[in-house]
Amino acid sequence: MGTDAEPATDPPAPRRRPFSGAKGGFIWPLCGLIALLVFNYFTSPSFFSLEIRDGHLYGSLVDIFNRGSIGIVLAVGMTLVIATGGVDLSVGSVMAISGAIAALMLGDVGAGPVVAGFCGIVAATFAGLVNGFLVAVVRVQPIVATLVLMVSGRGIARFITGERVIALRDDADATAFEAIGTGHVFGLPVPALLAVGLFLATLVIVRRTVLGVFVTAVGANERASRAAGLQGRNVKLAAYAFCGFCAGLAGLIDVANIRAADTINSGVFTELDAIFAVVVGGTVLTGGRFTLLGSFVGALLLQTLLTTMYSYGVAADTAPIYKSLVILMVCLLQSREFRDAFRWGRSP
Amino acid sequence: MGPIAMRLRLRSSAPLAATAAIFMALFGGAATAFEGFGSTFVLADLLTENAFLGVAALGMTLVIISGGIDLSVGSVIGFTSIFVASLITDHGLPPLVAWAMALVAGTVFGAVMGLVIARFKLPPFLATLCGLFFARGMAFVVRNESVRIDHPFYDTLGDVGVPLGGGAELTLSAMIFLGLFLVVLLVSRVTRFGRNLYAIGGDEDSALLMGLPVTRTKVAVYAFNGFCSALAGIVLTLYTDSGNPTSATAVELDAIAAVVIGGTLLSGGVGFVTGTLLGVLIYGTIYQITYFANLPASLGSITIGGLLLAFIVLQKWLGRAPAD
Repeated sequence: MGTDAEPATDPPAPRRRPFSGAKGGFIWPLCGLIALLVFNYFTSPSFFSLEIRDGHLYGSLVDIFNRGSIGIVLAVGMTLVIATGGVDLSVGSVMAISGAIAALMLGDVGAGPVVAGFCGIVAATFAGLVNGFLVAVVRVQPIVATLVLMVSGRGIARFITGERVIALRDDADATAFEAIGTGHVFGLPVPALLAVGLFLATLVIVRRTVLGVFVTAVGANERASRAAGLQGRNVKLAAYAFCGFCAGLAGLIDVANIRAADTINSGVFTELDAIFAVVVGGTVLTGGRFTLLGSFVGALLLQTLLTTMYSYGVAADTAPIYKSLVILMVCLLQSREFRDAFRWGRSP
Repeated sequence: MGPIAMRLRLRSSAPLAATAAIFMALFGGAATAFEGFGSTFVLADLLTENAFLGVAALGMTLVIISGGIDLSVGSVIGFTSIFVASLITDHGLPPLVAWAMALVAGTVFGAVMGLVIARFKLPPFLATLCGLFFARGMAFVVRNESVRIDHPFYDTLGDVGVPLGGGAELTLSAMIFLGLFLVVLLVSRVTRFGRNLYAIGGDEDSALLMGLPVTRTKVAVYAFNGFCSALAGIVLTLYTDSGNPTSATAVELDAIAAVVIGGTLLSGGVGFVTGTLLGVLIYGTIYQITYFANLPASLGSITIGGLLLAFIVLQKWLGRAPAD
């Protein structure tokens, strides 16, 4: 093994450079993703084949974007929250709330698909605002503040649906609503387009406007950013509200996908997947630096890993074992203490 | 006791007093509102039904006092339940051997997570999240369906009970819960390990400078919590006479909620083991009330979320007052 293959052996760089951005942070997950794709290329040739049936594009690659859409959407919102130095544990529960409200509006109230989706997203954004209020105004630790909604949010969703699974009806409105989860535009699945669209829009807004700098500044040093005249409170409120919005969108996709609002199972453990995607992507949990592209790659990496395992006959029940090991490995590689121990063991 | 010490003492025990008052009010109110609520039967039921949650919450209390968190608890409970059931039913091992193996597995698992957290400085919630996925997956590796435990030993244990008066009995599960409560209370109050936990949770850097064994203590507390989670899984098999790989999903959240309602600060350094016992009882009472009043159970979890919020804000307020 050549020394140039081991960036860890370089003299230690300054530990933390808050404003330098997380350039290169997503190199590890990108390598992982490419390695997985190469592995699939050699072991299952059908992996890269794309075909057009009924004007729709099909194939494993499209499938990864399609199934990974919820993960990507959540990871985009989570990235900004983590960049402010926080975390949002409630996104799974908020997904359930958004889906429940949309399904109720469609079914019991008889609203149109647009109104139903809008109501679901507004409720989710409001839930995000509540989180943001607790964190930014009451100044509760983010893990604790969002834990409240994580515990009670699913209860709220179950309460408003009367503790039942609301199946979508077979009318025109419901069919139109289902397009969010199962439809195709230009031959591409709508969830994938929504996820990529949200990612690109957020990327452009964060890069082209001053908002990205605000988020980074608040996450790096809130007191200093306040001294510089920045209202950290509003930035945090906005970040949590946006995360709620993303969770709401993910909830709509989920309901449209399975044609029912299942408040018990919708979005369970998705907050963990989203946090993992962000962390694996190279955004540091202490805030102050973030990479949306890294989170995007991280979410794709997780989904590709799952799809690969499924194609090898790993049961959905036991797939978490491998997923957790990969994630642990990536996190350990990012840990300076781990790399130090590794280096120390090699050349004492 | 001087006035400052008095104020400090008052401040530190205020959350515990609030927890006790809430439990009294809830239980007292329910006892007057519903016929048959204020009986030893309901109390025994409260302790038995929530025994596995209580065991998990006691271990979680120490982890949270040390400034950490363990999200793998529910998965470890689920793994233990199916592991024990499968060892007894499928492999014909004596229950005590199966229990010992499960307790060792849980302890080792916790120790590994503790090592990753203490040695390689991974955030506790991240490392234990990996543990959550891993343990749940392993549960499905053991068996992917529910396994019944049909063993004379379990039948015998089911008959064990200490009469509480009025015909109600304290079951073995409840006794394990209360026994562990005494152990954890003593550990937190009189042992060096307990004092180290508070010191590390209060300020890890200071604890390190004081020469306290930070790494060893942190590994030990996660190992102990792994032990408690496995014990909770065993208690669950006692209660259900079966094991299920899907059981106890998200129980860690209930355990954390019970700990926080018990007055323990999630930021570490401050915590009450007695409060956790009361927190578990409050949790159980709320669900018992929804059952008695024929209300949907989801209302119970909303109430718990509300209580959680109230306690967090209360702690914020109490924590800020003296600094001014």
